[in-house]
Amino acid sequence: MATAKPPQPFLSRTWDYITETQIWRSIFRHGMPANNRNRVLVVMSNVFLHLHPVKIRKSGIRLKFTWCMGGLTFFLFLVETFTGLLLMFYYRPTVAYAYMDIVDLAEQVPLGIMREIHRWGAHAMVITVWLHMFRVFMTGSYKPPREFNWNVGVILLVLTLLLSFTGYLLPWDQLAIWAITVGSNMARATPVLGHEGPGSQLLALGDVKMVHAGSDARFALLGGRFVGEGALLRFYVLHCVGIPLVAGVLMAVHFWRVRKDGGISGPL
Amino acid sequence: MGAVNALKGVVNSLTNPPIFITLVAVTFFLVIGRRAFWRPRVGLAVGVVAAAFMAVSTFDPNFRLIVAKPDNIPIVAMLFLIGFFFFLSMSQAYGNDDRIARGEPPLEATPKEAEKTWVWPDLVYTEMVCMVIGIIVLVIWGIVFKAPIEEPANPARTPNPSKAPWYFLGLQEMLVYFDPWLAGVVFPSLIIVGLMAIPYLDTNPRGNGYFTFRERRVEITLFLFGFVILWVLLVMLGTFLRGPNWNFFGPYEYWDLHKLLALNNVNLSEYFWVKLFHANISGLNMFVRELPGIVLVLFYVGALPVLLARSRREVSLPGGVRFNVGLRKYYEKMGPWRFAVFVFLVLAMFALPIKMVLRWTLNLKYIVAMPEIFFNI
Ligand code: HEM
Repeated sequence: MATAKPPQPFLSRTWDYITETQIWRSIFRHGMPANNRNRVLVVMSNVFLHLHPVKIRKSGIRLKFTWCMGGLTFFLFLVETFTGLLLMFYYRPTVAYAYMDIVDLAEQVPLGIMREIHRWGAHAMVITVWLHMFRVFMTGSYKPPREFNWNVGVILLVLTLLLSFTGYLLPWDQLAIWAITVGSNMARATPVLGHEGPGSQLLALGDVKMVHAGSDARFALLGGRFVGEGALLRFYVLHCVGIPLVAGVLMAVHFWRVRKDGGISGPL
Repeated sequence: MGAVNALKGVVNSLTNPPIFITLVAVTFFLVIGRRAFWRPRVGLAVGVVAAAFMAVSTFDPNFRLIVAKPDNIPIVAMLFLIGFFFFLSMSQAYGNDDRIARGEPPLEATPKEAEKTWVWPDLVYTEMVCMVIGIIVLVIWGIVFKAPIEEPANPARTPNPSKAPWYFLGLQEMLVYFDPWLAGVVFPSLIIVGLMAIPYLDTNPRGNGYFTFRERRVEITLFLFGFVILWVLLVMLGTFLRGPNWNFFGPYEYWDLHKLLALNNVNLSEYFWVKLFHANISGLNMFVRELPGIVLVLFYVGALPVLLARSRREVSLPGGVRFNVGLRKYYEKMGPWRFAVFVFLVLAMFALPIKMVLRWTLNLKYIVAMPEIFFNI
């Protein structure tokens, strides 16, 4: 019997050998996704792939329909997480070190383009998230049953902008602190809660103002009266831990709901 | 050389915000509803002209100085991308409208497209290809352009201009027309709330899951006006055309620190009491002084929605453009609550272009000016 089989080429024999080891079989519980049964299994048994449905409308995977923008946004989020992690090895968020650490990154670290990729990726992510929202609007994909997922999306949009905004401060150069100064100056004018906002005088006990430059919304944001040490640490923590964590969880919700709302939208 | 400079002068003056924003907005409303503008030929022509404009302009040193900053390059790319996808979505929408008019289903509903296919391999492979292309683009981009680093932070030296991060420049541009409590706090919050409210305000069941324009005329026009004109255009203006002291500079103009612009904007209360009645308002109670503005604002947010809900007048302009001034139809369709929120948000959105026009034509500074309590509108 065995002699009737033509001899297999080396690579294919090796492949067969690997896929029959106990190690391989302990990881992948099914054969190659070349038949329908295994195509179901590959999606159902993999925690990452199972955010997808098993089957999907053809119109939904057309590049002309989704523009791949949601996927690219997520991809960029992953790129930012990865490159950001590498940057954290070199960067110390204090007024004394921050700037020099960034300069050293360019001058001392061999083949260092992580900061470049991180920065350009951040710009790109803002752009792709806008385009994604634009596409979702133009296909009317926010209409029932996807109202809730649109809302998750809007929060993700805000978080994307906040991620970028908090990251903008970290190089601690002139561009950084003044951009954040201009941006955070707005908080001074928050109605009631900013010390130059309408209605802030209402919050006073007799002559003692409760909302002043040392207690208003801007102070809470910056951890101080101006963009200094406190602001740098706050922005660093929010940028590296706080916002990515929330955004990551919401993305999981977002993808899950795309699936649960019936997959990518299409005409009924 | 003379002709080139004259041409540059023309472009510089056409990009002056009052002219530029008006031109773009008028063009937007003229083309959005007309099929003929959304054919591939037209899109291609506009794209080629825009690219040629960019290419030729880079010969100008002042233009190059701003546009070729590594941080500004993605914004240039964004403008082209938004233009491209704006065109792509509209042309697909009109394509479907043509099909529907012929009695066919939209492209996405044809049996071939509605058929289901396997996520593995069809979707997973597409995702992988997108990812590989994405990585290649980022690596090349990272090698070609160094991430900028300026001088170390110095709280004592304010650079001029001081700009917020680029995606907030639309808001900074709004500061020209409104105080920070509106431009920096209230309007951004309303944008977020407004976006979140869209699915609950839009009760039109059609156009769900496919590109179409005719079935969603008003929704699309309103959204795109907000997104393309009031957001993207203002981001572009803030990035490329605002220099020291947030003064306007044409694309070929040198960013001169000493450019002085005479600003004598006048408050509504001054127009009303001083210019109309020749009264002296210096000792007046601020609520009396600002009464005309307060009445106007209350009318805009309080009485106007009611008037709109009751009237159903139709206006037709020469050229066949017709639109409803009254919104009774919407009121009846949406019910009082939805209608109230919808009209409030739309009026809030149009507050910006209205204030812009008042500033450009009447030099109006504030409609309500109560600096005593930081309340200026
Ligand atoms: C970090 C930001 C975001 C990520 C990573 C993300 C990711 C995705 C992905 C991968 C999809 C699948 C289809 C596609 O690629 O178009 C999707 C669909 C969707 N997204 Fe997002 N998104 C984000 C932000 C937003 C925003 C800002 C909105 C709207 C305001 C939004 C609303 C939606 C909706 C309604 C769908 C379903 C579309 C359909 O079924 O056709 N998302 N998102």
